[in-house]
Amino acid sequence: MLVLEDVHTHYGKIEALHGVSVEVKKGEIVSLIGANGAGKTTLLMTVCGNPQATSGRVILQGRDITRDLTSNIMRSGISIVPEGRRVFSGLTVEENLHMGGFFNTKSEIRKSQEHVYELFPRLKEREHQRAGTMSGGEQQMLAIGRALMSKPNMIILDEPSLGLAPLVIKQIFEIIGKLREEGITVFLVEQNAHQALNLADRGYVLETGRIRLHDTGKNLLANPDVQNAYLGG
Amino acid sequence: MIANNLKHALFCAVITLVISYPILGFNLVARGVDITLTGADATTLVMVALAALIVFGFQLFRDRIVGTITDITRPGFGTHKEPMEENRRARIESWVLTGILVLALFWPFFVSRGSVDLATLVLIYIMLALGLNVVVGLAGLLDLGYVAFYAVGAYTFALLSEYLGVSFWMALPIGALLAALFGLLLGFPVLRLRGDYLAIVTLGFGEIIRILLNNMTNLTGGPNGIGGIPEPTLFGMEFGRRVKEEGNTSFHETFGIAYSSEHKVIFLYLIALVLAVITALVIRRLMRMPVGRAWEALREDEIAAKSLGLSRTAVKLSAFTIGAFFAGFAGTVFASKQGFISPESFVFLESAIILAIVVLGGMGSQMGVILAAIAVTILPELAREFSEYRMLIFGAAMVLMMVWRPQGLMPMRRIHIELKKQE
Repeated sequence: MLVLEDVHTHYGKIEALHGVSVEVKKGEIVSLIGANGAGKTTLLMTVCGNPQATSGRVILQGRDITRDLTSNIMRSGISIVPEGRRVFSGLTVEENLHMGGFFNTKSEIRKSQEHVYELFPRLKEREHQRAGTMSGGEQQMLAIGRALMSKPNMIILDEPSLGLAPLVIKQIFEIIGKLREEGITVFLVEQNAHQALNLADRGYVLETGRIRLHDTGKNLLANPDVQNAYLGG
Repeated sequence: MIANNLKHALFCAVITLVISYPILGFNLVARGVDITLTGADATTLVMVALAALIVFGFQLFRDRIVGTITDITRPGFGTHKEPMEENRRARIESWVLTGILVLALFWPFFVSRGSVDLATLVLIYIMLALGLNVVVGLAGLLDLGYVAFYAVGAYTFALLSEYLGVSFWMALPIGALLAALFGLLLGFPVLRLRGDYLAIVTLGFGEIIRILLNNMTNLTGGPNGIGGIPEPTLFGMEFGRRVKEEGNTSFHETFGIAYSSEHKVIFLYLIALVLAVITALVIRRLMRMPVGRAWEALREDEIAAKSLGLSRTAVKLSAFTIGAFFAGFAGTVFASKQGFISPESFVFLESAIILAIVVLGGMGSQMGVILAAIAVTILPELAREFSEYRMLIFGAAMVLMMVWRPQGLMPMRRIHIELKKQE
């Protein structure tokens, strides 16, 4: 589904990713964990083409997208839930969702909207409320819902648990599990390593711009190094 | 509480004295060639003192007074009250709007020529403000050089008629399209800019256009401007006493009525009215189309908008282009109304006024912007006696608005998209 081959990414002259290779197969949940500043968000942004990789290749569904425009990448069956949710706070919940299905037809939008409301009944209740007035958890649900509106084959989540209450985090992870059942490939970037690895089929550990470890989720959870560094020993 | 306020109130009173005494307390009197400074008469001084006293009193009991005022205004103006049922509201609104429109259609036949002339100006400002509302209110791009597109529209018509004898109706679309083209051209370099930087570049662009017009003396006549711009015709009928162009007939002869200079004024008013209505309807439609939502999304959060596959380039350029298009519309009408244009008409102050209209009316709200355009254009005319203090009143009004109604006269309501009804 998504393949990164020896990707280097620079911010100006500083290299943030030093040759990263990651593969996400169809129908999988793949988690990427790492400390602050390891380059997790940079890796995601490179997939989205902002900034573009300076060398290496990014392949999405068999197509090389390394040099594609962000707007084109985001229209080719992939969706991202950006870090910090970034819902349109002045727009209503419904309008936010409609923005997610911007390039779809009206009937498709209606269908996906109903589907999102099934996943998140809370959003249905808040349909006409301005997104900015909702709680963090609700906004995160909205951000995920908005990303689902374009009927993606693959969804990328950047720190969906950031700043949320444990109970809400649990809900969010349940939803992510449900997405896999629906056949959506999930690429999950998290600091909350325990839950992210628990859910994931496979996981990658990113450290200062390099992939350190790569294994199944269960194995990584059991790995003493990972336990030491990310799971609090 | 009052003791706390006392120091503050004293300070405010002194500030009032310091500001108003030098402005009002001295007069410059011309005696022959010399100008001498004299003190103002006793009444002025008393008024200044009184003003200071009022400020003192207000500041002293400020909490109580402001509390009462907000209590009074809240029920009528509250923005957080439960919205009226959407259907009913829409129906009432459309009835009221139709009523106003019918009134506006017949009104000019019963009032003085001056009023109609002023109303035409109001309509031109409405067009401008609605156009700028797209750029500033919806797309959130602060444009301080909007008047440049207005100038492009006006000069397009003036130059085309001067050199090629093009009529108003031909020039109208050309002027608007050319203005839109300039909007597109300006859009490219400023795509990466936001906020303050964007404002400065657009400000510069506005000045460039004005200075170009001022200095291309061969083409535009420079500061002397261009005169003799023809009035619009109605199916080849002219509104002058004598027909200027061959093949045309004159309006009063065709209909066998006495010549009156008012016909022309009213006709221009009606054209401006129709164009303003078209502008409002088109933009209203655009706001509900995907492109309108894209503008708002980009204003709200650029990164999120990009993550949904929106192209920043396309969205920003479309806002600039469409905004400029309607400025071109307004410019053509303006040129035709004045019959004479010069770069003087397109100074930065015009941009500022149009922007003030948008801000006063409520960013993104069409009704609000229309109301504000009427208020901002007519109030100075009504307050002719205070014309010296016009800008002072204008400034005070802005400050008061920002204190009491920072979201504008009629803040934008969220539009509910019709999709819901089909469910």
